[in-house]
Amino acid sequence: MFSYILRRLLVAVPTLLILVVISFILMFAAPGGPFNSERPLPPQVLANIQAQYGLDQPYWKQMVDYVWNVVTKFDFGPSFQYRDRSVNGIIAQGFPVTLTYGIWSAVIAVIVGVTIGIAAAIRQNTWLDYVSVGFSIGAQALPNFVMAPLLVIVFTLWLGWLPGGGWRGGQWEYVIMPVIALSTSYMASLARITRSSMLEVLNSNFIRTAKAKGLPMRRVILRHALKPALLPVISYLGPAFVGMITGSVVVDVAFSTGGIGQFFVNSAFNRDYAVIMGITILFGMLTIGFNLIVDILYAWIDPKIRY
Amino acid sequence: MNIRHTLKATTAALLVTGGAAFAQDDAMTGPNGEALAENQTFTYRVLDEFPSIDPNLIEDVEGSAIGRNLFEGLMSQNDKGEVVPGVATGYEVSEDGMTYTFTLREDATWSNGEPVTANDFVYSWQRAADPATASEYQWYMGLMAIENVDEVMAGDMEPSELGVTAVDDYTLEVKLTQPLPYFPQMVTHTTTFPVPQSVIEEFGDEWTQPGNMVGNGAYVLAERVPQEYITLTKNENYWDAENVYIEEVTALIINDENAALTRWEAGEFDQTDVPAGQFPRLSEEYPDEAISVPNLCTYYYNVNLTDKGLEALQDPNVRTALSMAIDRDVIVNNVTAGGQLPAYSLTHSGTADFEVPEIEMADMTQEERNTRAQELLAEAGYGPDGEPLEVEIIYNTSDAHRSIAVAIGQMWSQTLGIETSLGNQEWQTYLTTRGEKDYQGVARAGWCADYNEASSFLDIMQSDSGYNDSGFESAEYDELLAEARTAEDPLPLYQQAEEILVAEQPILPIYFYTTVFMLDSSIQGWPLENAQDNWYAKDLYRVAEGE
Repeated sequence: MFSYILRRLLVAVPTLLILVVISFILMFAAPGGPFNSERPLPPQVLANIQAQYGLDQPYWKQMVDYVWNVVTKFDFGPSFQYRDRSVNGIIAQGFPVTLTYGIWSAVIAVIVGVTIGIAAAIRQNTWLDYVSVGFSIGAQALPNFVMAPLLVIVFTLWLGWLPGGGWRGGQWEYVIMPVIALSTSYMASLARITRSSMLEVLNSNFIRTAKAKGLPMRRVILRHALKPALLPVISYLGPAFVGMITGSVVVDVAFSTGGIGQFFVNSAFNRDYAVIMGITILFGMLTIGFNLIVDILYAWIDPKIRY
Repeated sequence: MNIRHTLKATTAALLVTGGAAFAQDDAMTGPNGEALAENQTFTYRVLDEFPSIDPNLIEDVEGSAIGRNLFEGLMSQNDKGEVVPGVATGYEVSEDGMTYTFTLREDATWSNGEPVTANDFVYSWQRAADPATASEYQWYMGLMAIENVDEVMAGDMEPSELGVTAVDDYTLEVKLTQPLPYFPQMVTHTTTFPVPQSVIEEFGDEWTQPGNMVGNGAYVLAERVPQEYITLTKNENYWDAENVYIEEVTALIINDENAALTRWEAGEFDQTDVPAGQFPRLSEEYPDEAISVPNLCTYYYNVNLTDKGLEALQDPNVRTALSMAIDRDVIVNNVTAGGQLPAYSLTHSGTADFEVPEIEMADMTQEERNTRAQELLAEAGYGPDGEPLEVEIIYNTSDAHRSIAVAIGQMWSQTLGIETSLGNQEWQTYLTTRGEKDYQGVARAGWCADYNEASSFLDIMQSDSGYNDSGFESAEYDELLAEARTAEDPLPLYQQAEEILVAEQPILPIYFYTTVFMLDSSIQGWPLENAQDNWYAKDLYRVAEGE
């Protein structure tokens, strides 16, 4: 197991490098640049700025310098868009915000989603099942860019219970709406996945054996059915969790949280090369890390899997 | 309207301890004797994080507003956009119009108590023009035509050779390479504001952080959470602090304008922009709070006159036909719907000292225009009975631009029988396409004046202008503008230049922008007649409800 983890971590290094190279190529292939605006800069001014940021160097050199600074100094460079900020600073400020509401969303989505899914499976074809399935489809069909403004209209404008946006260091009343908006669709997916895999397990032979031996239903489910039923849930959770903690552009924009999600998109539009790269590498590392964790969990849950 | 720009330099603004007591006495009544609210704060919404709040680096409208509150330039603008004293109490200009001498007030201080001197301006201007600063607004220093500025920007001369000198602590002399009658107007721009040399040398790039930042404006930086908010508090060391009512100014960064509007309606803050098309509803619902004022920007379509453009569009009659067939009233009343004005000229009708010349097209009814457009197109050999014509309209991705393009496409098809296709591109891609004149038909553009003078618009159509995206070249036009620079009265020359644009239609003017926003009715002193919408928080105050 230990050697397996080590192998996976070693493979992650070239993976990230390939990610960097591809991102660089795509970035430079896109027309425009960080200093293009409605008002084109005089050539002299543009040359001065490009020299300042090393953008006058050949592409390969820019890439090598960039990787060198990241590896040796862990310095992701300055933002081209926000003159008084560095990429490290942007990530240090934005990532904790998304991490906070992302983790809350993940916890709530798992607890509620899995509970609903199990309940619906055990009481298949009862009103409870129909309500749960109905809720899942509804939540799935209501995308968060519709959900977010609705929440603001209801809780801020009509009821006046919650502030309509901002973060203010993560005080609870500012966290509630982002968490609701982010977690509902994941919750719905989790409920559906849990329900179908639970149904499959409950109809399998070993559960029938357990029932035949006269074990109480509660014990059959908790002791025998739950673990195998959660396998598909866990494989879904890896990428979903990364999706949640890296935040969502929609949530960041709708609630002005200052999270990292909006930077990812805005930096692409602004051609803010350093920010694009910094966030890409961050997301890449998280994805690799969580996929590894999921695989380890798998081995722990499913005795058939051996690495 | 408030008129608190008393030019008396007698205020002893150094009464730091007394300042608070003064404010207490004043807090009872406003400049015009209104009862003031207990809460003298102003909170407003901005679309995006400020790229910078360092005056020499500020490059956007919202950043400029922060700059005007944290710093004070030689000159400021009043509520009508006229030039009024700032740190300078006045200026003299030489016979040939090429040397300006500004006299600085002696009671202006930095927020750390140091006096503001002419050297602070010299340092700031040299820093703005210095290639090492890499400011996007270097081009503005170039526009000011300061002696040696081009050489300094190119790195051929030291910044110290820039034509700006401190004759003594309170006298600043600027030498220009050509007369610029609107030069005093230009020094109300944030790029020209003073910056504190000792602080910048001590903290480097970190000097704009709360705690480090020192300014000379009516406010100081208190708190800043990037991408969330920025808070400024009253600067008790400001020379005119006793006439500043608002104690705290906060800008909330909210990317989504609809979310911002909902929160404004919930009473979370005082001011926000109106999303496109919502003005009619809002002005009905909030008649005292939905505001639309002219803004010195023009919306127009570039027609590609280079050989990459369609052959048909090289004919001025075809371009005029296209222009006439655009029913601008429908566009401003039904599509943009925010009080915009139909445009038939490039220069905004609200520009200072400018009058739009007589334009025949503007005086016709739309029926007359349509008839004339059909005739012109038929004469040129296109349209229903001639060669078929397909014009592509390109624009940068945005719902508002798309609605306008769709409407204009409809008008062209119904009136002239011309096919149109729409092409939208993401902003950066679009800038490249348009800048390289890589389009066949017409390309959407908007231009805002940098200073309140007609040349700020007309200059962009000069043959060698980097902003001339239609490829229009006219020696006559260029000469008129060159002559206008030194003319006693440039207006007739500007009007002739506009007439050339009207005759040639290298661009199809569509509408003059307005600034459309919601402003809480208790906030008074907003400069509604300042066409550049340059506001200063020190001129605002909040009246008690029921006033």
